[in-house]
Amino acid sequence: MNGHSDTDSVLRGVLQDVLGLSRERAAAFTPDTGLFGHLPELDSMAVAGLLTEIEDRLGIVIDDDEIDGEMLETYGALLAFVQAKRGG
Amino acid sequence: MIAAWPGAAGEELAIAFDKARPRRVLVLPAWFDEGNKLRHFAVEVMRRLDGSGIDSFVPDLPGCNESPAPLHEQTLEGWRSEATEAASYFAATHVLAIRAAAAIVPDLPGWRYAPQAGSSQLRSLLRARILSAREAGREEDRDTLLAEGHERGLELAGYYLGPAMVAALADSGLPGAGRQRDIAQSDIGGPGLWLRAEPDHDHRQADALAAIVSMELLA
Repeated sequence: MNGHSDTDSVLRGVLQDVLGLSRERAAAFTPDTGLFGHLPELDSMAVAGLLTEIEDRLGIVIDDDEIDGEMLETYGALLAFVQAKRGG
Repeated sequence: MIAAWPGAAGEELAIAFDKARPRRVLVLPAWFDEGNKLRHFAVEVMRRLDGSGIDSFVPDLPGCNESPAPLHEQTLEGWRSEATEAASYFAATHVLAIRAAAAIVPDLPGWRYAPQAGSSQLRSLLRARILSAREAGREEDRDTLLAEGHERGLELAGYYLGPAMVAALADSGLPGAGRQRDIAQSDIGGPGLWLRAEPDHDHRQADALAAIVSMELLA
């Protein structure tokens, strides 16, 4: 199983559910797509829910002090963080 | 449709579909931010139960929704006894608890929809607070916030929880299902509406939950 592409599809799935996007819209996210600070509906409560859902779906634990603005700024940064978390 | 019931702190409101039918479901709604996101869904489920010949009631617990009682004075134990009180006032035969309300179900048969432990709910609320502080350029951490919460209470996502509530939630795992059956989000289909950044509705999900409840009640 390719762990990286699996993480990518889970992450797109969570964003699709949180933002209420179509599958096509979520599939069109690129590494540069802006998240927190770029999408007005993605406020702190929504991000908290998003991270908790990522934890549940991927069986990982994200510490609050690991969360910073940079990791949440783009799709690519969030994916890299979650992939590192799964690999580590 | 708007009814009143006598809570411990005075009169509280409720939404009631009451035609004195034999099957009567007490609906315990989700809490805090999730409560806002699932309110439309809960009422739509009740509307469908009504159409199937089932009465239902969703009471305001003290400190919630339109309740005049201050939220920061409420405790988990208090909510549990109020839920039992509401069940008895409305002569409920069954209960449908949504998300974290699984922690306060009265001793009735029924269902727990996507139940969540109080501790998980608190964890999400704390995380949201830490994120919004960080956005405003302040550093906060979970341990300090929890210690403050145990001592003085905490404002989380606009909800001011008193020290007893913070302490009880922190210790509250998901209780055993007892007389209720759990309904998972995967039984309903689609993403949980509490996940949505903006409150939204999905009539298919309301159809699905109402169908499960009414089929089991009318079987």
